[in-house]
Amino acid sequence: MSELSVEHLLGIKYLKSTDIDLIFRTADHFKEVINRPIKKVPSLRDITIANLFFENSTRTKLSFELAEKRLSADVINFSAGQSSVKKGETLIDTVNNILAMKVDIVVMRHASVGAGVFLSKHVDAKIINAGDGTHEHPTQALLDSYSIREKLGSVKGKKIVIVGDILHSRVALSNIFALQLQGAEVKVCGPTTLIPKYISSLGVQVETNLKKALEWCDVANVLRVQNERMDIKYFPSTREYTQLFGINQEILDNLDKKIVIMHPGPINRGVEITSDVADSNQSIILNQVENGVAVRMAVIYLLAQQVKR
Amino acid sequence: MSKKTLLNSKDIEIILHRLACQLIENHNDFSNTVLIGLQPRGSFLAKRLADLLKTTYHVEGLQLGLLDITFYRDDFRRRDAPLAATATEMDFIIEGKNVVIIDDVLYSGRSVRAALTAMQAYGRPDNIELLVLIDRRFSRHLPIQPNYRGRQVDAINKEKVLVTWAETHKKDAVYIELK
Repeated sequence: MSELSVEHLLGIKYLKSTDIDLIFRTADHFKEVINRPIKKVPSLRDITIANLFFENSTRTKLSFELAEKRLSADVINFSAGQSSVKKGETLIDTVNNILAMKVDIVVMRHASVGAGVFLSKHVDAKIINAGDGTHEHPTQALLDSYSIREKLGSVKGKKIVIVGDILHSRVALSNIFALQLQGAEVKVCGPTTLIPKYISSLGVQVETNLKKALEWCDVANVLRVQNERMDIKYFPSTREYTQLFGINQEILDNLDKKIVIMHPGPINRGVEITSDVADSNQSIILNQVENGVAVRMAVIYLLAQQVKR
Repeated sequence: MSKKTLLNSKDIEIILHRLACQLIENHNDFSNTVLIGLQPRGSFLAKRLADLLKTTYHVEGLQLGLLDITFYRDDFRRRDAPLAATATEMDFIIEGKNVVIIDDVLYSGRSVRAALTAMQAYGRPDNIELLVLIDRRFSRHLPIQPNYRGRQVDAINKEKVLVTWAETHKKDAVYIELK
């Protein structure tokens, strides 16, 4: 198979495992391309992509922009903070105005769950969800799985624990879908206040003891505590959170195996993960960043194949 | 669909030796020459030639690369079926080198044009030559001609030239099929 079964990348839950295989195979080729002296290919020279970021983002936006430029697409960037959204313009009006400029693909981050799905039903462009509220962040989940596959050879049969603020994380849900689709076993670990009640219905076990979770897993994907999404106090203090759910080198040294440490960034150093762990040889955080560009190139390339001439 | 054999395995073996000898005549010791097979089909011919040059003609230090040109093609989104990429294996740069691009069939010339673009990512070569097993004359879309050719064919557009290799089809042969 050399074509995606979906017209948009709205979430991992819409993908088949064959789609993920195709994205990873294509990303392998792009990883080779981005390690050449000249890292650019001309494939998308007649495609225009709009990056619409209604929420703040640094690494996702940069990663998408770099991926688009390395495919030779024309790129326009939009940040809600400096736009007519501030004047009360609706999402559809904003996007339709941008599409009138002949845009083929829209990469969108939005605070509202389902914003990507909504958009895909109302505009004639390929939509890539770059994060919709606390719902999904499919490209992050894809690059996480890709990084696990690269480090451990396969995702199938591996034990992955997602540690931290599951409740406010779009990365967690997409990761759970992606990892299970590829045959991995997934647990979550964090304060009970930060674990959604529905999580067991997804076939995910909850472990509130960090040490037990780390002893069980092959990979710990550590999430950021999303203070900006917290409207109430979910745990007594940052210090207590760090003592119970923070990962430091001492905890890792006391395990009888070497587990892989991941983090989607940005890291609160010293809170969910200490600096020595983040920078250790067990960490693949920077590999995740590098793989993000290759995986996003693959997603954009495969969706662009479906853009009508 | 009718199929006619254009070259059998013996013919191909003779042609491979002739092409190898022509390369030696022009490049001598190959210290500044690299062979680049175009993926996927040109890589079989490139590997065969490299193997022949090393084992039969004792060429030392020969460098062979395999180049995928999928992302450089000019028919992206123009085909019925999507293009699937294959692996690129180029562990050297071609700055200042004499490059021999190798493909099985030269038809429209568009693959070679894509290869010329793709190679820019690996440096600026001194010069580039083209070696093909089959040169389909009168079918070119671009002003590209081979420096070395195994056999020239005057196939009409409804005909397709099919090259099979022992590695994949158990038999070295070239056929002309009527589409």
